Amino acid sequence: MSKFKKKKSAGTPGISTASLPDIVFMLLFFFMTATTMKDSDLMIENRLPKADQTAKLHKKEYLMYIYVGKPKQGYASLGTSDRIQLNDKISSVSDIRSFVITERAERNSEAEKYLTASLKIDKEVRMGLIQDIKTELRKVEQLKVNYTTNKGNPLD
Amino acid sequence: MAKREAPEVNAGSMADIAFLLLIFFLVTTTIGVDQGINRLLPRYEENPPVPPINERNIMRVLVNRDNQLLVNEKPMDIKDLRQAAIEFLDNNGKQECAYCLGKKDPNSSDGPDDAVISLMNDGQTTYQTYIAVQNELVAAYYFLRDRESMRRFNKKYTEIEYVANDPASKAQEGLVEELQPKVKLIQDLYPMRLSEAEPKKN
Repeated sequence: MSKFKKKKSAGTPGISTASLPDIVFMLLFFFMTATTMKDSDLMIENRLPKADQTAKLHKKEYLMYIYVGKPKQGYASLGTSDRIQLNDKISSVSDIRSFVITERAERNSEAEKYLTASLKIDKEVRMGLIQDIKTELRKVEQLKVNYTTNKGNPLD
Repeated sequence: MAKREAPEVNAGSMADIAFLLLIFFLVTTTIGVDQGINRLLPRYEENPPVPPINERNIMRVLVNRDNQLLVNEKPMDIKDLRQAAIEFLDNNGKQECAYCLGKKDPNSSDGPDDAVISLMNDGQTTYQTYIAVQNELVAAYYFLRDRESMRRFNKKYTEIEYVANDPASKAQEGLVEELQPKVKLIQDLYPMRLSEAEPKKN
């Protein structure tokens, strides 16, 4: 009996899948770095308006989010008028003060200087409510705001 | 007896695990950075003082409940607003502004230092229209600032300002200190005097 068996050459050789994990890992790392997690479920509609004179927002640690819009379909109990959502609960204009103070307290004094309020407001919201929010922000001295928008021409 | 080799770890399921993670991140990912229009709100005052401003130095922009525009008592299409604002700000009626290229119309603003755009909207105006108007007015300021910044520093104002205000720029020695005066200079040449009046409640 010979020690060296002749290789059976049966049909075409299978494609090696040894490098498959490498490829998948590469994709995985790409998505891991590019991802930004959503931290709160929106209970309101949030279709942002378009604008083109925009600046990119700085890192998330310098931002606080204020969402405004009509309640989504599954949340009929909230009524049909425009509502404010802070983090994951529906709030009223008077809650903004404590929200801003909490957000400030969570950050160190260095980051506090850059803290910007990102206003994510649905395009159908009426200005009356937004003006109330802005007045409230001015009262707590949160003067840096960003009207967060999608990229696009506002005129179409 | 021959020494037995340590059995190799089966790596066949590695791909499966990686796929699982990959799919998780694929689903949760939202690519694209948030962006928007940056504004600085004025400080809150109970009874804001009314500074004496000459009527020709004010451009009144009114948006009504049907999202129509009234500029200085004349209806205007929102498409023409940017150009109108640029002409108003850059007018240089007093002829004291060396870097302005405006028409020097004596019935329009004295100079960018004096020109104020006053925006007033109705409580029923939609946010979309408000943003469109804001966008056009901010665009007018940025157009003039960019023009001046290109002339002086050969770099767009918007770029300089973003880098100067980015917390990440502090890592680079002296960068913020170098850019801050430039930002300040351009801001002083074309100060953004865009005031918003309280909307009428109804």
